[in-house]
Amino acid sequence: MSHRELDDMLGKGWRKPHFIANPALRWGLIVGFAAYLVAAVMTIEVDWARVYAGLDRGGQFILSFTRPDFVTRAGDIWSGLLESIVMTVAASVVGILISIPIGLGAARNIAPLPVYVICRGIVAISRALQEIIVAILLVAIFGFGPLAGFLTLSFATIGFLSKLLAEDIESMDKVQAEAIRASGARWMQWINYGVQPQVMPRLVGLSMYRIDINFRESAILGLVGAGGIGATLNTAFDRYEYDTAAAILILIIGIVMALEYLSGIIRARVQ
Amino acid sequence: MLQLEKLTKTYKTGDKALQGIDLEVPSGQVLALIGPSGAGKSTMIRCINRLVEPTGGAAILDGVNLTRLGSGALRRARREMGMIFQEYALVERLTVMENVLSGRLGYVGFWRSFLRRYPQSDVDEAFRLLDRVGLLHMADKRADELSGGQRQRVGICRALIQQPKLLLVDEPTASLDPKTSRQIMRLITELCRERGLAAIINIHDVALAQMFVPRIVGLRFGEIVFDGPPDALTSEKLTEIYGEEDWEATIEKVEGEDTDIEAAE
Repeated sequence: MSHRELDDMLGKGWRKPHFIANPALRWGLIVGFAAYLVAAVMTIEVDWARVYAGLDRGGQFILSFTRPDFVTRAGDIWSGLLESIVMTVAASVVGILISIPIGLGAARNIAPLPVYVICRGIVAISRALQEIIVAILLVAIFGFGPLAGFLTLSFATIGFLSKLLAEDIESMDKVQAEAIRASGARWMQWINYGVQPQVMPRLVGLSMYRIDINFRESAILGLVGAGGIGATLNTAFDRYEYDTAAAILILIIGIVMALEYLSGIIRARVQ
Repeated sequence: MLQLEKLTKTYKTGDKALQGIDLEVPSGQVLALIGPSGAGKSTMIRCINRLVEPTGGAAILDGVNLTRLGSGALRRARREMGMIFQEYALVERLTVMENVLSGRLGYVGFWRSFLRRYPQSDVDEAFRLLDRVGLLHMADKRADELSGGQRQRVGICRALIQQPKLLLVDEPTASLDPKTSRQIMRLITELCRERGLAAIINIHDVALAQMFVPRIVGLRFGEIVFDGPPDALTSEKLTEIYGEEDWEATIEKVEGEDTDIEAAE
């Protein structure tokens, strides 16, 4: 019996089964998507005359990178940069410290349901509100300056880090933690011995990445008045000082690259 | 010393993992629990230290009903029960010494454990145990640098430093090669004898159980279907526990090895 079935199948060729089995539905989705893509591209209006006029200004902007001016506004650039760095470091430290308990609470496998719901709620709110919107609100409350930027970045760090930390805790090896629990450890000891060693490399890696993001964000937040290098950059654009703006952008790129390099070294060490 | 009375576990899915287990383990007795995968071996030992909550019955350790304890009392009761795991369950990123000392967590306060400032007596005992299992030179290595057999030795130290009355051992040899398996079983049974410890050892290698353990309990579908000495485990009994299969080779092999060991001694 089974031999006859086998004989039928031999020499028949084999293809991986399609993800969507129904051919009508499958082709319908493919054609529909292609049609939508074409329609969508066609609705984008391009004013070619305007583009031609703008090319000149864009060219000037790009050319200014060949002669960045670090000197004329050196004082402004330096104080803006320092403010950004202070903002980044302070917001990252505060944000990370608050993220750890919230991350623990937002992990379903270690937190009781009510704590989980509250912590997930905090994470959701923090992630739903984009940094710029939070910054505009906080500038309205606390006035122009780095305080609003610091608070914005701390708030954004909490949503980012708590969520990813909680997900790492949820995917940890259960048995290692179970072994610690079986020895009669208290809850805090259990976290310290059974959970922390498992998530530490990821926590360090994510924290480094968040410091990197916070620095880049600090350059944007200045545009809405929340202080830092962004404020200096905004002023440079307003005065059409593209060479100063180019200098600032080069500095930002340099610092981000340095942070990237540093985080690579640190992550390799804590594995 | 340990009594299980009608111990029952029904999972939320409706699976009846344990169906009213009655078992008595006297002080200092080492017992092997055999049975097919899914028979409830793992669930049974986890119901004793309540890593899994039993749904009915009682587990009584020296007169204390473990199933009724609140969280504080349960923690104190867990100190009396050392556990050894299938995949070693060492905390991979901690050192060997930290793993061994983690067996003392039930006895020391949070800050002492957080700062790794254990009492000298605990540290001395950890060194003594590591020396006993031949891993003293590995004390400061990270657990994930060790081989399987070495990890299981560290797991044994971690369970013993609790100064338990009872060892709960879950498939200690499942991830080890045959030679290391025997060494680990020998080590566990020797240490139990030295310290007068009772132990329940889950094991799926029948031959290994017969070789080292004086009492064997067979579990099938969450019920005890055999309880007796190793040589009472006949081919019919094995069929009752595991189902139809040719068992003669298994039993013969064991007898052969037993005589080998006796001859060597």
